[in-house]
Amino acid sequence: MLRDISFSLRQGEVAALVGPSGCGKTTMLRIIAGLDRDYEGTLRRPASGRLGMVFQEPRLLPWRSVDDNVRLVAPAIDDDELVTLFDVLELGLHRTHYPGELSLGLARRVALARALAVSPELLLLDEPFVSLDEALAARLRDALAKLVDRRAVTTLLVTHDIDEAVGLADRILLLSARPAQVLAEVPILTPRGARTGNDLASVKAAIASRLAAVA
Amino acid sequence: MLRLVSLALFIGAWFLGSWLAGEQMLPAPTTVLAAILVEARSGDLFIHLGATLARVFFAFVLAMAVGAAIGLLMGRHALADRLGDPWLVVLLNLPALVIIVLAYVWGGLTEIAAILAVAINKVPNAIVTIREGARALDPALDDVVRVFAISRWKALRHVVMPQLAPYVAAASRSGLSLVWKIVLVVELLGRPNGVGFEIGVAFQLFDVTRILAYALAFVAVVLAIEILLVQPFERRASRWRVRPA
Repeated sequence: MLRDISFSLRQGEVAALVGPSGCGKTTMLRIIAGLDRDYEGTLRRPASGRLGMVFQEPRLLPWRSVDDNVRLVAPAIDDDELVTLFDVLELGLHRTHYPGELSLGLARRVALARALAVSPELLLLDEPFVSLDEALAARLRDALAKLVDRRAVTTLLVTHDIDEAVGLADRILLLSARPAQVLAEVPILTPRGARTGNDLASVKAAIASRLAAVA
Repeated sequence: MLRLVSLALFIGAWFLGSWLAGEQMLPAPTTVLAAILVEARSGDLFIHLGATLARVFFAFVLAMAVGAAIGLLMGRHALADRLGDPWLVVLLNLPALVIIVLAYVWGGLTEIAAILAVAINKVPNAIVTIREGARALDPALDDVVRVFAISRWKALRHVVMPQLAPYVAAASRSGLSLVWKIVLVVELLGRPNGVGFEIGVAFQLFDVTRILAYALAFVAVVLAIEILLVQPFERRASRWRVRPA
């Protein structure tokens, strides 16, 4: 499924794995998260190994309120920190709700809050905004960018959406179809907050030319 | 309202049956009620109900705890399932009477032998139900437990048990009725008190009134447990389901 893939992340860097659907991106994340042990190769995680992960589906516990879902994984979190986190993700009004009462967009935000609440050394995001409408996805991307920047969380984002990758990442790794290999690496030098439409367009052009070169 | 009509119909049919069969074979509801009151006034009723209830409680708790632990193990691990399955089939099909008689032969006519005999009768039942629940546990939530390094105990309490709650409730329901029926047999065969013992005495005297008095008194106790304990537990365990968006 995956072959000859090797890359590493710098402390505090946001990298995006971009590739066609079904190329093995999720498998890659599962291996990194320690959920899939059936692989050959070496893997080095940050020393403390504290992981935060957002799965493709929210995967909340339906019998615990939003608040309790987050507190279960981060029992030591202090109240101020939790309030800030919920504020940035616009979840303040939903803390006592059960996941069954939330829309998909809200549930996704709770999953994001849960992953960030543990102050992860490594944050893994598996298509966190897939199947949301574009406006909402853009708002959540901004919120996520803010949170990741504030704490300098090393992040690996998996997506098939180039816009999402270009909006969030410091570096983009382009994967081929199965068996997936790294086709090209595209660094983005402009900081996340300061990217203009022109920057995004030029990065996308760069990606297109790299892809054309390998094809 | 419909329940009341149904209950009235039942009592009416009882009166009719009593009139047809005679007081000897089927005493009227009023006769039985009077007998319950007499037994209650002398205090005997409460001694025997208490003895039976205590046995039901200990046997039930023991059987549910052991059954849940083994059921969870067998539902989660294929090896345990394969090893345990033949034992389970044997236990499921061993008649209650055989277990009770063997327990008394091996353990003497003691309280411990009595309670163990009842518990062993219920355990395979609990295992089967909880194992079904364990097989249906959501692997997606297991991933969450792994990624966020949630401790075993917390995962059991907050991730696994809530998923098993409907199965535990089902096992409790059927368990409670099964356990109290078997407790009566155990008491009949080898205990000096309890509802089963009283019914045994009444049987030797062909005292149908007394048999019905004790049986109905205990049914009332079981109903009270169902309404006051089992149903509130179920409501609490499923409160996250009932509030729609």
